[in-house]
Formats: sequence, structure tokens, C-alpha cells
Amino acid sequence: MTKQEAITNEEAEELRIGAFICECGVNIAGAVDCNAVADYISTLPNVTTAVVNKYTCSDAGQEEIKKAIKDLDLNRVLVASCTPKTHEPIFRACVEEAGLNPYLFEFVNIREHCSWIHMWEKEDATKKAKELVRMGVARAALLEPLQSSEVPVTNKALVIGAGVTGMQAAMDIGDMGFQVYLVEAGPSIGGKMAQLDKTFPTNDCSICILGPKMVEVNRNPNIEIMSYSEVEEVDGYVGNFDVKVKHKARYVDINLCSGCNSCVEKCPVEVPYWEFNEGIGTRKAVYVPFPQAVPLRALIDKSICIDCGACSKACERGAINMDQEDTFSELEVGVIVVCVGYDVYDPEPNHDFGFGLYDNVITTMEFERLINASGPTMGKVVRPSDVVQPKRIGFVQCVGSRDVNSNIYCSSFCCMASLKNAQLIKEKYPDTEVYIMYMDMRTPFRMYEEFYNRARDMDIHFIRGRPAEVTENEDKNIIARIEDTLTNKIENLELDMMVLSVGAVSPESTEKIRQILKVSRAADGFMMEAHPKLKPVDTTLDGIFIGGMTQGPKDIPYSISQGSACAARATRFLAQGKALTEGITIAVDEDICVGCGVCVPMCPFQALKMDDDGKLEIIKALCKGCGTCAVACPSGALQQSHYKNNQILAQVKEVFAYEEV
Amino acid sequence: MSDFEPDILTFCCNWCSYAGADLAGVSRLQYPTNSRVIRVMCSSRVEPIHILEALKEGTDGILVTGCHIGDCHYIEGNIHTDERMKEIVDALEHLGLRDRLHLEWVSAAEGKKFQETITDFVEKIRALGPNPLKNNKKEE
Repeated sequence: MTKQEAITNEEAEELRIGAFICECGVNIAGAVDCNAVADYISTLPNVTTAVVNKYTCSDAGQEEIKKAIKDLDLNRVLVASCTPKTHEPIFRACVEEAGLNPYLFEFVNIREHCSWIHMWEKEDATKKAKELVRMGVARAALLEPLQSSEVPVTNKALVIGAGVTGMQAAMDIGDMGFQVYLVEAGPSIGGKMAQLDKTFPTNDCSICILGPKMVEVNRNPNIEIMSYSEVEEVDGYVGNFDVKVKHKARYVDINLCSGCNSCVEKCPVEVPYWEFNEGIGTRKAVYVPFPQAVPLRALIDKSICIDCGACSKACERGAINMDQEDTFSELEVGVIVVCVGYDVYDPEPNHDFGFGLYDNVITTMEFERLINASGPTMGKVVRPSDVVQPKRIGFVQCVGSRDVNSNIYCSSFCCMASLKNAQLIKEKYPDTEVYIMYMDMRTPFRMYEEFYNRARDMDIHFIRGRPAEVTENEDKNIIARIEDTLTNKIENLELDMMVLSVGAVSPESTEKIRQILKVSRAADGFMMEAHPKLKPVDTTLDGIFIGGMTQGPKDIPYSISQGSACAARATRFLAQGKALTEGITIAVDEDICVGCGVCVPMCPFQALKMDDDGKLEIIKALCKGCGTCAVACPSGALQQSHYKNNQILAQVKEVFAYEEV
Repeated sequence: MSDFEPDILTFCCNWCSYAGADLAGVSRLQYPTNSRVIRVMCSSRVEPIHILEALKEGTDGILVTGCHIGDCHYIEGNIHTDERMKEIVDALEHLGLRDRLHLEWVSAAEGKKFQETITDFVEKIRALGPNPLKNNKKEE
């Protein structure tokens, strides 16, 4: 065991390491012989005790650690259990309560990185666990105490995205007494919910319940709405984020405009209104987003404006300003809540079910605008080809969802949305034949199954299956060839209009903000939470939260709950006024540093600079502890604490030094 | 040679690839027992000396994993990793050890990719045979 003898500690104090091996019920013990691991570890130098726990993270397990620290005078603690991503903070706090510096704790992952991935190789898994723990012991011997620092928290919040989730988050933070900047990329707050006609399961008029909420957000003295604005840059860390926001030019002074529409009436340029009406109906080059918009102010689409000046002449208040330019704000906030929402799946590129080929195949969102009383047809449902009211309407479920060719996930709200739209049609035009073509109807949560039953009682035809082939006849009717898999009957269903129940996708436009913030992206493209069960609105970044559709498809009640959850999680920092930052930073040995400055450009956070005397200065508050600069340092003067060279090399040297004892 | 089991050392960054390895575990994706993970905060913390020491100690293959370019928690740490690994690979070329080092980007959502990366690398090193420095060490 010459190798282990070589790892002697330079400190004077005698090393006393306590190792706690967790069985995690059978999660670890099922594949790893934990007692054999403990027996082996107890033979290693500096190990005072090695014990096996059923669940080390339980109260009893943690008490055992604390007791051992006191009784056995331990000065290093190692736990071999699950992942540090979830449990390191728990055990650090545990050893700290027993008087040990939390950075003298070493974590070894023998569950995610061993027992769970080698479930049927007990012998090899046990050997691997022994080696992993031995690496940990070697590293634990070289750990040094560190101090995490307390930083003040700017008591303001930034909420990005003002759909219903972001609005809820902003209102809750505002109501708790903190100032909120609510940044919205579009010209009005409200998000997708403002476009919907009715909402399930109560068939409330969407804008009738959202409109008052939008006004409330606007009235809240603690919320500053920044519409038609985008976050450009974010620097800093929890409690101290510096944010640069771009306010896109509206070419209308929002302080002067009253949203009266006189300019809109005079504008001669008219284009399809894609942004709000899905291309059904038109808007002018100067337009007010929609009647309930907040702020209720006009804006000019410069890309189609012909500079005729008609709007300027029409505006009595002189609000039109064609020379307006983008402006920028610099904000300081303590926390950031991201609620940037979703896009509906676009069936156009693949021509799913004939979309884009046949006029009378439309999407749910187009249908919402058609049936909406304040929509482009004033609520009259007509089909695109001849503007005639359709007598036979079919809804196709799972378009862009639960499909290996597009997205494998379930978008969760589309079954209920089609049930709702089918009911609305039956209520409005009782003679209409309505079909829902589905794979499975998914109606969890309160009142949803009842809502489904109600639809079944309304003479709506449910066909379990989806069209295999879609064609169009000379009347522009849609012929859907479909098998009802419950009866094995194949039929050619003739429809006047077919509505594709499109799912949700993560918008490409949100990729920029995701990269600015460095939030991870999950396999489905949506942003990733810190833990799928325990931390559903946190990210792995302190002080940054995600809510609503940003994290994946959800319906409105779920999104609003997440908005409130984000507010509660974020406000913890604001209310305490302080946050702890990681103790892991870079440190320079001034005796070794020659002041060459190679490290300075390596740091993306400007934490390193050369002072006037040619000496390296480290700004600890800016250092995030990545260690990039340490590798660049040619003299070895820079060392990343907790990941010092000797600490990593101890693991490297121990990794395959296993010898049976 | 048939019973040769390569010793693989895998460096994981705290934010992406370590979480990817965790996801492989949570998803119970099975892969060979040959690899041992060392966690660093960023893949850019991996120094040439860590790799050379590992090879000197007889490790048969070394995987360095990190966030995808553009996803680095430290903005551009993995860009430095990429540059440095290219240089180390060049140096290893002269020592005849080039294929024993591999760099791979694995996101926190790519448990499957982590599983496949380890599995493929183990197979590749198995085919390559033991690290020649391993024998030197035994003779010492």
C-alpha cells in the first residue's frame, strides 16, 4: 500500500475520516454489498470509522453522523450514497451543525453512478463502489475548510414573459411588497390566453377573465410593465443580476398615445394579422394589438409602412414619431423568473393531415380566433375556402404530440381544448355534425372527466383512430380515411372543415434568453427544472426560476400555480435580503505568481485583473469557481479551491489502485 | 487479451454531463462497470497533468465530458476545453496514446447519450488493448 502512504497530509492535525455508506433501502444495497464496502474502507489509512446506514439522509442517519463527529472527534466526513446534485447541501448542513466546516465533507455517488447502472452485476458493482469510495477517502484527506460568503440581495425581481404565468408571478411578487420589472417581447401583455375564446372546464370567456387580471397587473404600483421589450444581456449572480433590456421602437410615443384608433382608421396599408389572429383577418401598418391590450397603445410595423404620414395627420395628440429608435435600460435585480411560454406546433412543413395543401384544414388556434366573438369573423365560424359555415367538423387529436415523427411527449391540454371547441360548436350551431378523432382521451384533474362526459352527452361523435389518408374533393370538402379501432370499421369521413389539435413546442425565439441565462434544456426542447419532483420551478442556477409552459406543456390552472410557485420561491431571497454564494472560488499564491496575466482573458466574468503594480487581483464576488483560469496558469499559482490539483490528482492516482485485502 | 477489462476515467462537469450521468442512473440505463467519474465544476478545469498522470498510472482510457458548446454554465469554459483537448491529443499522438483520450459533450438531458458514450468508449479501448504504460508500472 505504498500509494496510500504517499498520500500524507501536510497539515499537522491527525486526520480522522468518518465514512457513511448508505444502502438507500435496496436502491444501493440491491446491487452493492455495502457491508463489504464498509469493511474495505475501514482498512484504509486515516479512516476512523466506516459504517453502513439504511438511509443516511434520514433523521436517524444524520444524527448518527453528528454523533460520530462528536464522539470520535472526526474532522472529515464522507458519505457514499446518491447524487450530490440533490443531497450535498443536506449533508453539508448536517456536518456544519456538528461543528465541522461544510467543505470538509466529501460526497461519493454509488447510486446513480453505480448501483442503478449495474443492477445485475453485483460483484463488479461492489468492486466499483469500493474504488469510488477509496477515491473519495483520498480526496477527503486533502480537503480544506472554506467559507461561503453572504451577499446582499437587490430587493427587486425581473419577470421575463407576461403571459398568464408571468403575470401571476409578477402580481404575487408585487403584492408581497417587492418591485417587479415585467418584460414582454410582444406589444401587449396577456400571452396566448388572450387569443383563446373560452377556457375549459367551465367555458369562461378567456379574455373576460384575463382582461381584468391584465388591468390589475397594470395598476399594481410595484409592477413596471416593459412591453415590446427584450432582455439582451444578463450578468452577475443570485441577488445581484445586472440586466440590459432593449425597448424596441414602436414609432408611437406610449406616453402620448391613448389607443383611440384614429391613426389605424386612416392607415392605407393592410396585411394579414398573423401575430394575434393567425392570419385570419387583417391589421394595418399602424395597429393596436387587440381591444383589451395592456398597454392599450398603437405601434407601427415599419417593415410594411410606406411613410405616407396619414397616421401622423390623424393623431391629435402627436404621438406618432417615425424617428423613434430602440432604447435600452439597465436594471439591477435580485431574482429572475422566466415565463416565456410556448408556440403551437406548426403542421405546415410536413403537411400533417393535409394542412397547407387543403384550405379547409386549420389548427386549433385558428379555430379559437374564428369562434371568438371579438375575432376577425365576429365569432361566426366559417371555413376558409368559401367563407361558408361548415356543417360537418372533425377534430384530429395529437397533431405534433405523441408522435415519433414530431414530438413524443403529450401536450396535455389539447384533448380538453377539442372537447371544449366541440361543445362550443354544438351550442352555437346544434345541427353541426362534430367528430373527434383521437388515440386516447386524456382528462385528468378536477371537473375534466365530467367535462368529457358532458361532451359525450351532446351527440358528439368520438372515433378512436386518426386519419390514415386525407384528401380533398371538388367541393373543397375534406375526405378523411379513418379506422375506428374500437369497431375495426374503416370509413371515408367527409368533412366541411377539419381542425388539427396541435400541441405545444418550445419556441425558437426563447433559445436566446435560455442561452443568456444558461438554463439547461431538456430532451423535449423545453427548459429544465432543477428536480422533476422536488424542485419543479427552480433551475440549477440560484435565483433563476422557470414557470408555466417554459418548463413543458401545461393547462392554464397549472401554469398559474407555477407562476405563484415561482413568486414564492423567488421572494425567499428578496425577503431575507441576503444569499449565500458558493465558497468554491479561485485563489492566487502570491509567492508563485509572476504577474504574466495569461489568466486574465480566460475569465468570462472579469473576476481577474492586473493592478497598477502588475499584481494579480481577484474579485471574489465575480468569481464563479469554474477553474478555467487555473488550468491556464503556467506557474501553478492559481488554484481552484475544493478542486485543487492535489485533490484531483489524489482521485486520479487512487482510481484503479484497487488491491484485494 | 479476451479477458482484458479496460480502466476508464471519466471527467464530468457539474452542470451538464454529471447531471446527464445522474439521469442515466435514474433511468436505470445499464452500461459497463469500467468507468469511474471525477466531478469538476467545469470541463475546463481538466488539466493536461490530470490526463498524463492518469495514463502514467495505467488508466486505459480517459473521457472528458462537458456541456454542449453554447450551454456552458461559465459561458465559454467548454470552448477552452475543446482547444486544450486538441492540443493534448496532438501531444499524445507522439506518445502513441492518441486514441486513449476522447472528448464528448453530454447535456443534463442526455442520459442515453452518456450511457452510449461510455459503452462505445469501453468497446473502443477494449479493442485497442491495455495502456502500454500499465506494464511499466507493474515492473517498477
